[in-house]
Amino acid sequence: METAQAVSALSAAAAGFFDTELHVDVLGPRKMITVMNGSEELFSISETVVTGWLLIILLFILIKWLTSDLKVVPTSKKQVLAEWFVTFFNNLVKENMGAKMMHLAPYIATIFTFALTGSLISIFGFRSMTVDINCTGTWAALTFILITFYKIKSNGFGGYLKGFTEPVAVITPINILSEVATPVAMALRMFGNISSGMIISSIVYAFLTVLSNVVYNALALNFSALNYFHIFQVGIPAVLSIYFDFFSGVIQSYVFIMLTMAYVGDAAGKED
Amino acid sequence: MNMTDAQALLLAKALVLMGQGIGAGLALIAGIGPGIGEGYAVGKAIETIGRQPEAKSSATTTMFIGCAVAESTGIYGLLVGIILLFVNPFLKHLEG
Repeated sequence: METAQAVSALSAAAAGFFDTELHVDVLGPRKMITVMNGSEELFSISETVVTGWLLIILLFILIKWLTSDLKVVPTSKKQVLAEWFVTFFNNLVKENMGAKMMHLAPYIATIFTFALTGSLISIFGFRSMTVDINCTGTWAALTFILITFYKIKSNGFGGYLKGFTEPVAVITPINILSEVATPVAMALRMFGNISSGMIISSIVYAFLTVLSNVVYNALALNFSALNYFHIFQVGIPAVLSIYFDFFSGVIQSYVFIMLTMAYVGDAAGKED
Repeated sequence: MNMTDAQALLLAKALVLMGQGIGAGLALIAGIGPGIGEGYAVGKAIETIGRQPEAKSSATTTMFIGCAVAESTGIYGLLVGIILLFVNPFLKHLEG
C-alpha cells in the first residue's frame, strides 16, 4: 500500500522533471515593437533599443538632478557624489591618456555609465543591452573611429597609411588584420562575457523551475498559481547573480573603457 | 534495408546534432588556456602584493584588466560552443 503510494509520488515527481524544457534566449533580443505595412513587416524595434532609450532617459533625469543647484562649496550630498564621479573619470583619463586628451573624459564616462547600467539592468528582469552583439559592436565601432581619427590627426593621412607598412612592407596584411581585430575582439569580449552569464542564469532558473515542480508534484500540490510561482526561484538566483551579472558587468565595462583609453591614447601619441 | 525520405532526413538531422554536440564540447577546450593564463597572472599579482603591499590597488586593477583580456580567447571558444548548441547553424542546410 505504502509502496504503491511512494511509486506514484515518485513518478509524479519525475513527470515534473521532464515537463519543463530549457528556454535560453541566445538567438537575440525579442522584437518589442513591429511596424507593419499591410501584411509585410517594415521594421521592428528590439528590446535592446527600448531598454537603451529607457536608460538614456533615466540617466538624463538622474544627471539633471545631480547637477542641479550647484554651489562653489558643496553643501549637499548629491553634489559631492557628482563631483566625485567627474573627478574619478578626469583622473582616470589623465593617468591613462595624458592631460592633452582630457576632452575625451566625458565620452569615456558616458560609455562606462551606459555599459554598466546596460549590463546591470538584467537585475531588474530586463534583458541586458550588452547581450546583443549590435550594441557592443556599435561601441567598438566608435572606438575604432576614434583610433583612426587620432592616428590620422597625429600622423597625417599619408603617415596613417604608411603606418601599416611598418616595420617591413611584407607584413602589411597582418597589420591590417590586427587593426580590424581590435574592435571585433572588444565587441566579442563584452558580448561573450555578459551573454555567458545570462545563459548560466537562464539554466539556473530552468533548473530551479524543475526543482520546484518536482517538490510540488511530490507534495501533490496542484494550484494553477503554482505554474507561475516557483518557490526555489526566490533568493537563490540572487547569490549567483552577484558573480555572473554584477561582477562581470562591472569588470567588463571597466575593461572596455580601459582598452579604449589605451588604444586611443596610443593612436594619439602619448608623450608629454 | 530501405529507408523512406523522412527516415533519411531524420537520420541526417540526428547526425548533424551529434556533430554539433561533439563540436561544442571540443570548442570549450579553449577554456583551458585562459584558465592557466589567468591563474599565472593572479599568482604573479599576489607575489607583487606580498613584496610591495603599498602597490595593492594598482596591482589588483591591472590584474583584473589582464585577466579580462586573457579571457577573450576562451570567450571565443564559448561563443562557438553556444552558437553550435543553441543556434543550430547546420540544420538550416538540411531544411532548405
